[in-house]
Amino acid sequence: MEILFGTVKELVTLAETQQKPISEIMIEQEMLVTKRSRQDIIAQMDNNLTVMENAIDRGLQGVQSTSGLTGGDAVLLQDYIATGKGLSGDLLLDAVSKAVATNEVNAAMGTICATPTAGAAGIVPGTLFAVKNKLNPTREQMINYLFTSGAFGFIVANNASISGAAGGCQAETGSAGSMAAAAIVEMAGGTPQQSAEAFSIVMKNMLGLVCDPVAGLVEVPCVKRNAMGAAKALVGADMALAGIVSRIPTDEVIEAMHKIGQTMPSALRETAKGGLAATPTGKALEAKIFGKGNANSDLVNS
Amino acid sequence: MKFRSVFEIIGPVMIGPSSSHTAGAARIGRVARTLFGRQPEWARIHLYGSFAQTYKGHGTDVAIIGGLLDYDTFDERIKTAFDEAAQLGMTFEFIAEEEEADHPNTARLVIGDSKGTMELTGISIGGGTMEVVDLNGFPLRLSGHYPALLVVHDDRSGVIASVSNVIAMQGMNIAHMEVGRKEKGEMALMVIEVDQMIDDTLLSELQALPNVTQVSTLAN
Repeated sequence: MEILFGTVKELVTLAETQQKPISEIMIEQEMLVTKRSRQDIIAQMDNNLTVMENAIDRGLQGVQSTSGLTGGDAVLLQDYIATGKGLSGDLLLDAVSKAVATNEVNAAMGTICATPTAGAAGIVPGTLFAVKNKLNPTREQMINYLFTSGAFGFIVANNASISGAAGGCQAETGSAGSMAAAAIVEMAGGTPQQSAEAFSIVMKNMLGLVCDPVAGLVEVPCVKRNAMGAAKALVGADMALAGIVSRIPTDEVIEAMHKIGQTMPSALRETAKGGLAATPTGKALEAKIFGKGNANSDLVNS
Repeated sequence: MKFRSVFEIIGPVMIGPSSSHTAGAARIGRVARTLFGRQPEWARIHLYGSFAQTYKGHGTDVAIIGGLLDYDTFDERIKTAFDEAAQLGMTFEFIAEEEEADHPNTARLVIGDSKGTMELTGISIGGGTMEVVDLNGFPLRLSGHYPALLVVHDDRSGVIASVSNVIAMQGMNIAHMEVGRKEKGEMALMVIEVDQMIDDTLLSELQALPNVTQVSTLAN
């Protein structure tokens, strides 16, 4: 398979030598690998962007998951922002609210766009639609935000993992937060190298994050981890734009994440056997949702 | 490279809540349906690892049944797939297996009707992407990325050459190919991923070859 880049170093070098944004390199690679036209590829990403916007709108109106574990927090945050009493800044809280909105819709079996997974689907759109109000991007720039996020996610997926079951939550919300940080930097006018720095800064702060879904559901603590992932993405992007660099190169940070994931006990990788899932309340919620004596076979319609 | 397209990272558009447990599961079901070639009348679904632990809350069960009904990952009917299966008279059973599989998200689907049965094992490798790792006892690696040909044939010399010749004559390029057999000289399976869409002419030409018993396709 012909590819243009397989590491962050290669991606940044390409963008720098060709003087193109990372999003453009991603689009060109997609054309090369899938043999599809630019128009087709842009149209599909445009559609994904619409799905994200619709999910945020729906979540901001308030949804509830079938388990009853999550829902309504995005609305609480928007109401709080409206009071003017928010401490950490309205843009940041708006991103957090929109990340939560998306994941609440996800938990309620609504339609979302996985970025890179469904469990971590709030962070990339949440930050995008919050930053939109500040940077006033064109539709094309918003689509490019998704390609830049995708370029970094592509590298993580191929060199490490984007699956909580394989690598812990660091591979899901960690990857998503880092991908979003890189994309925010590009949209805000930063360099490709600054995107890589932002990615590293965020990923370094998500390392070791366990995947411990209560009752095995992508709700608790996932929705709130999307919230914090969005906040970290914004802070990481600001740090990189301020000129702060990561002392550990991005590809090595990704490799570290991969190795941590491999050495993490399986109890902490989406099995619902450790972490918050194994707390007394976590266990009680599981029993409440699924009943205590789980039969190992379900016969339906037969 | 496990992941080829940016839309495996930014995407798929899907019904929540889990890309591995819902979207990947729906795709495993849909591939099984496609390879079976028709709506199965019954299904027995063995779930392993994380699938076995958490399938109810993630809608893995409705997603696999949705896939068997030919629904895509974003089809809102996934939520009501059980009802729609019941209306079609399809019966199904989920079995949460204790034993460990090689991959934490593994499903083994045994499906059938009065005309035949098929067994397929799929793994959901993250972000909604899946691979078929076993088909009717043949180990294989089928990503679902490319259009694929599945050729069941007798294990005789020259069959592989004749099949690849027919494909070459159509001006098609083979992206990936695997050959497996149960025992020397017995039934064998070729899995051929190609770069172009597969048309009926190619299928009938392959079907007419000596020692080829069955040809089916899986379009991306």
